[in-house]
Amino acid sequence: MAQKTVLRKPKGFMDVYKHKPGTEKDRTHYCPGCGHGILHKLIAEALEDFAVIDKTILISPVGCSVFAYYYFDTGNFQAAHGRAPAVGTAVSRANPDSIVISYQGDGDLAAIGGNNILQAANRGENMVVFFVNNAIYGMTGGQMAPTTLEGQKTTTTPYGRNPLSDGYPMQMCELLNQLTAPVYITRTSLHDMANIRKTRQAVRKAIRYASEKKGFSFVEVLSMCPSGWKMDAVRAQQWIKEKMIPRFPLMVLRDNAENTGPIERPVPVLDPEEVKKVLGYDTFETTGFKKRPGTMFRKVALRVAGFGGQGIMSTGIALANVGMKYGYNVSWLPSYGPEMRGGTANCSVKIQEDSIGAAECTEPNMVIAMNQPSLEKFEKLLVPDGILIYNSTLIDVEPSRKDIRVCPVPITGIADELGDTRVQSMVSVGAFAAVTGMFDPEEIKSLMPTLFAGKSEKVRKLNEEAVQKGYDHVKRNF
Amino acid sequence: MPKMLMKGNHAAVYGAALAGCEAYYGYPITPASEIAEAASAIFPKLGRTFLQAESEVAAINMVYGAAGAGKRVMTGSSGPGISLKQEGISYCAGSELPCVIVDIMRGGPGLGNIGPEQGDYYQVVKGGGHGNYRNIVLAPNSAQEMCDLTMLAFELADKYRNPVFVLTDGVIGQMMEAVELPEPVEKLPDKSSWAVMGNAETKNLINSIYLGHDDLEAWNRYLGEKYATIEKNEVRFEEYMMEDAEIVAIGYGSTSRVLQSAVDIVRGKGVKMGMLRLITLFPFPKERINVLPDRNVRGILTVEMSNGQLVDDVNLALRGKMISDLYNRMGGNVPSALEIVEKVSELYGV
Repeated sequence: MAQKTVLRKPKGFMDVYKHKPGTEKDRTHYCPGCGHGILHKLIAEALEDFAVIDKTILISPVGCSVFAYYYFDTGNFQAAHGRAPAVGTAVSRANPDSIVISYQGDGDLAAIGGNNILQAANRGENMVVFFVNNAIYGMTGGQMAPTTLEGQKTTTTPYGRNPLSDGYPMQMCELLNQLTAPVYITRTSLHDMANIRKTRQAVRKAIRYASEKKGFSFVEVLSMCPSGWKMDAVRAQQWIKEKMIPRFPLMVLRDNAENTGPIERPVPVLDPEEVKKVLGYDTFETTGFKKRPGTMFRKVALRVAGFGGQGIMSTGIALANVGMKYGYNVSWLPSYGPEMRGGTANCSVKIQEDSIGAAECTEPNMVIAMNQPSLEKFEKLLVPDGILIYNSTLIDVEPSRKDIRVCPVPITGIADELGDTRVQSMVSVGAFAAVTGMFDPEEIKSLMPTLFAGKSEKVRKLNEEAVQKGYDHVKRNF
Repeated sequence: MPKMLMKGNHAAVYGAALAGCEAYYGYPITPASEIAEAASAIFPKLGRTFLQAESEVAAINMVYGAAGAGKRVMTGSSGPGISLKQEGISYCAGSELPCVIVDIMRGGPGLGNIGPEQGDYYQVVKGGGHGNYRNIVLAPNSAQEMCDLTMLAFELADKYRNPVFVLTDGVIGQMMEAVELPEPVEKLPDKSSWAVMGNAETKNLINSIYLGHDDLEAWNRYLGEKYATIEKNEVRFEEYMMEDAEIVAIGYGSTSRVLQSAVDIVRGKGVKMGMLRLITLFPFPKERINVLPDRNVRGILTVEMSNGQLVDDVNLALRGKMISDLYNRMGGNVPSALEIVEKVSELYGV
């Protein structure tokens, strides 16, 4: 008795193509003789056979397969032109247990999305890319693709593709095979039954690898486009055999998934208590110091300036930190970018009772100048009666203004005496504390664990000494 | 609550982490790179995804993917990078995907420079990419608000299924201030009715294609209604010394900080000046601005670090009742309080 074979639609397809507009919800939008339908069916069958339909997420590209989401009974994304591998990257990271399929044509993948496919492959994202190579832009009406053959006529190469101006057909499998991360790279064809069977094996292997979280698989499929090529279906199959395969040889370029372990992604921490712990809430000090009575300043608008590398920024940040602990409103604003590389660096620090408006100190009432150019630049910005602390180790010229108060401190010298030039920031902080009377040196020193988090006890001690020396120098001399 | 001295850029990342943002996709660009750097330091410690994308374009498409997968997701950039992201932002808006984009504006056009500017106002507030859509746009002016408004951005993004911008400039991104860190978000919204999460219950479709002309028009009408609801519910602004103000300065971001100083100086001379500081740029506080001339206000001065982009919207809001004056700086220059005081005195004779 001969068995009756019942052909049926694989369950990886929807029963009714509900997303497809119009009345023909039982057939595809593809042209007769097109390869997409065959490949779709091979994929849908594999999803059913491996029982992974529900955990599969398909990304439709721009091109003829822009409507692939009409057909597959999976989760579906439609992506911008060329970006399916980028979209797929995030989808895969978000759902590490899912099978992510990026289904792309040659214009989408090799032209506008060229970098995206290379980079997703290079990261070894856990996804399958089906690359339908039909050597032409089908959807837009037959223009040249990156894979268009030499001499092939298209609507944008009416005289045939000329490599001198249009370049050569891109061999994406060979290109991706230069990368370390991909686990499976193969090229197959749909032009006859034997090759459809080989494609079927490739499709199943790639989907199995994705379900085992093996990483990045790339299956290039040579596919007929009778409409774009302006031939009948039979002639199109022959054209693949005679013209495309010599340029795009069918072969497995890589298959090393067996030696690769499954990709494990971390589980996001969302529990509030755990989040607070990781963000270090318990390490922040919530207690502060009492403001000192009789300080000279209700508002400090300070400019710290010097060479890059003189600890300009860290001086400002330390002062803002200390000010914050005393309950003042504080702000710190750096000069940033190329300005910081070589030449002079400067920052603005505000420490005051009231809320802070502009953060930049355009009219500082205090300047700490660490070198000569900074002195020249910022001395003139000081308000009348403002205070200029300058680094007398490196600056031997007298400030020119007579309507300001001047306080030379050998900041670099004191730091060098302590054996480490880098502590000059804390010498400046000490000097500031003494000049303003706002901060107590002992209280500043108690902040060393915050100011020098992760640094050794020795570094902290040295910086404590620097604060004291800067403070003492000012107290002794002014 | 713990208080920490931090940069605005870092505060945005803390805000994201506290809001339950599970993924950051970005590309380095000055002056926004610290956002990516801070995310790369913090997110992996929380088991969340940080990925340095191969391009701005890839980054926004990763945002599209993560948002479609139901995750809270963020990216950050600056002017040129935002220009590159615009197609993807249009896709997010067209597919109603909630996402948060931080733009630390720099000087333009073209490569411009990395100084602070507000020249992205049009491209962010008016939509920027192709098609009929709006972004919700929040404009923080302090490190604290970089944290708080980033958290709010995630709430609004989910509430309206819409891209939300946190728009500020290099000054706010780079400056350090004390930030009081709030409590982390307890519970994230359930998105299973529309997101694609890799299971039988969420075999949804993330898509912005409507082939039928009537279908697409209907979709645009629907989006338009949503934007109208946002305009009704989400307008935010701050008033400074406005009770009796006869001269009103309008600004946002770092400009508003300078305006606060300028108002203090002018008030010191006994002149009644106030500031209207815009916190949402879309929805634009147009009703508040429109009623300004109904009282004793005799002068409105819009101050911006762009070429008259903000003042356009102020004048639209005034609907001809009065015309706002403009004072602006560009190219990386931040106006000083004294400059503004001089302008006020020149314009209004005070």
